[in-house]
Amino acid sequence: MDSTILPTAERAAPAMAHTEPFLAAWQSLESRLNGAQPRPLKALRQAAVDRFAANGFPTPRLEDWRSTDVEAIYETRFAYRNAPGTVTEAELAPFRYAGCAQLVFVDGHYVPALSRLTELPAGIQAGSLAEALAAAPERVGGQLATLARMETPAQAFVALNTAFIRDGLYVAADRGAVAETPIQALFVSTGDDDGVCFPRNLVVADEASQLTVIETYATLGRGRHFTCGVTEALVGPGAVVDHYKVQKEQRSAFHVAALYVHQDRASTFDSHSVQHGGALVRNDWVAVLAGEGVSCTLNGLYVMAGEQHVDNHMLVEHVAPNCYSFELYKGILEEASSSVFNGRIFVHKGAQKTDAVQSNKNLLLSRQALAQSNPQLEIFADDVRCTHGSTVGQLDEEAVFYLRSRGIGDEAAKSILTYAFAADIVERIKPAPVREDLEAFLFQRLPDGDIVRMAAL
Amino acid sequence: MKPIIQIENLHAGIDGVEILRGIDLTVMPGEVHAIMGPNGSGKSTLAQVLAGREDYEVSAGSVTYQGIDLLELSPEDRAREGVFLAFQYPVEIPGVSNTYFLRAALNAIRKHRGEPELGTVDFINLIKRKIQLMQMDESLVKRALNEGFSGGEKKRNEIFHMAVLEPTLAILDETDSGLDIDALRTVAEGVNRLRAESRGFLVITHYQRLLNYIVPDIVHVMVGGRIVRSGGKELALELEERGYADFETELAAAAAPAG
Ligand SMILES: Nc1ncnc2c1ncn2[C@@H]1O[C@H](COP(=O)(O)OP(=O)(O)O)[C@@H](O)[C@H]1O
Ligand SMILES: [Mg+2]
Repeated sequence: MDSTILPTAERAAPAMAHTEPFLAAWQSLESRLNGAQPRPLKALRQAAVDRFAANGFPTPRLEDWRSTDVEAIYETRFAYRNAPGTVTEAELAPFRYAGCAQLVFVDGHYVPALSRLTELPAGIQAGSLAEALAAAPERVGGQLATLARMETPAQAFVALNTAFIRDGLYVAADRGAVAETPIQALFVSTGDDDGVCFPRNLVVADEASQLTVIETYATLGRGRHFTCGVTEALVGPGAVVDHYKVQKEQRSAFHVAALYVHQDRASTFDSHSVQHGGALVRNDWVAVLAGEGVSCTLNGLYVMAGEQHVDNHMLVEHVAPNCYSFELYKGILEEASSSVFNGRIFVHKGAQKTDAVQSNKNLLLSRQALAQSNPQLEIFADDVRCTHGSTVGQLDEEAVFYLRSRGIGDEAAKSILTYAFAADIVERIKPAPVREDLEAFLFQRLPDGDIVRMAAL
Repeated sequence: MKPIIQIENLHAGIDGVEILRGIDLTVMPGEVHAIMGPNGSGKSTLAQVLAGREDYEVSAGSVTYQGIDLLELSPEDRAREGVFLAFQYPVEIPGVSNTYFLRAALNAIRKHRGEPELGTVDFINLIKRKIQLMQMDESLVKRALNEGFSGGEKKRNEIFHMAVLEPTLAILDETDSGLDIDALRTVAEGVNRLRAESRGFLVITHYQRLLNYIVPDIVHVMVGGRIVRSGGKELALELEERGYADFETELAAAAAPAG
């Protein structure tokens, strides 16, 4: 495998020293690319690496990182892959969604031979960001990094991703173009040593276009892989974008990602995030409702066990009036797993008639499991409707008894109720392969899952 | 003939507070027993203890069901042995199909009895028969278990479950409460159709009204965690006229220290 092993850091200045291996890898990549990149991109990457070098990794002293310690990430010496590792079709098959256009990225690199780009209508472009940048550096370069923010220490991973921009998913829908076939970007990390990749995804939906994008993340091999990703979605006037993210990496993986969405008037962005992989998972999602009459849905389900930790930091910014935002995040926490949900809704002064609903519900299946939920409303307009709620609870004993009184065993009854807890998220997932994949995961994961499968709607 | 259930001197409570204070009751095959009593007298507690709710602690007495010690069994094993409780407040369970759930329940029961699982076609035929028998609205059968059901729909659905699971002992906890007269009739007819020589019923009700439709063999009056009187179906009518006040006074007098 063609990899650069990051050198061990000098431990002089703690927070900064940890950045050294990444900076060295960056230098090495930079000299290898040597001019083979468009000038605006080179400048962007330079600015990003400077930011990252200056800010270092976030520590729990930062408010936004209070409950998620990334020490395990900066203490690991990752190998940066200069080329994709080898993957067999048998290894990929479980992650492919039937009936979708499939773009496969291995260790951060687009692999056309594994991808299946059929059936996309005129006006819909889906492929590799690197290729799109090479083909149209001005246009694509002008769309890239317009939303992502990397100035503050809390945004260090965005800076890190930006410094390493190389490839990722690029989807562009022309005015009025409608893609009925969902576009799946499948990111797999490979290798028995610890690998790192920096997928950078860009979705541009012009006026009145419609498309569905699915990001799937998986890891193979014995390495503790680190995925540091950023997705930007520019949603034009009246456009409809359905977004899915399915994070099913191995329990050893690290996953830190950001999603930035910018919505023009009367557009719709519906997102569903399914998270059940990884050792340490962090998502920072920012949706800016910039035009009037926007609808934005951010739903999620996390299912964690062992010592898995997942942190979802959500920010919905209501800038324009008459917008609707809806967030429902649900968590199932087993064993000693833990979760953080930080849901911030910011209503700007002019955003009258804002309708914002936010809810985070957690089901704890063990005494050691821990769920934190912090809603944060900041409202600077006076005519708004904002509701939020969060719950952390256990299975309802009365309901368990009800099911058992019909002859269902104790374990199966608990599993049925756990499934029922997740059901409204499952039901809202529109593409059948994504929904069925989640159902199959739950049936397989829950004790007596065959009974749950029999009883499920 | 062996009783279906024989309850002897049953004492049970929760958190050290005694709720059932010595219940004796025997149901023979084919019999329908009604238990009436004011709110808070312990009717639901008795039903839940018989179905195996673990929150309640049995401090004395015994329950023998078809010759076996019922109190030793888990709730699911009681169900598999043929005990059914129609809940006063059935629980809403989203994402779980009313019908498919019943299939899972029925198959768990069949497995326990060493019978083969029911195939899809046989199960669908069974459901169709029971829908007709119970005059169920077909849409309820297709929906999620109790989710968004009205009070009446939930009660009807409990009876539908009972019809599919065909228990040996059916305990109905205020299945009549909150039902309009039409729904009450449907529920009662459902029960009457299931009356059989091999089956026993314990019908808990607050009102005499239901007993116009489900005519009981024996009526028990429960007050303060005890059965204070048992009699024929005319006892229900007497209660309707006199109310429970007399029984409560009697009980208070009985409880007062002898002078
Ligand atoms: N789970 C419980 N916890 C505490 N008290 C209970 C519980 N269940 C029943 N009780 C008490 O026991 C008494 C009998 O209740 P219940 O059996 O529901 O009566 P009924 O069904 O006849 O109205 C009431 O005083 C009630 O408050
Ligand atoms: Mg009651």
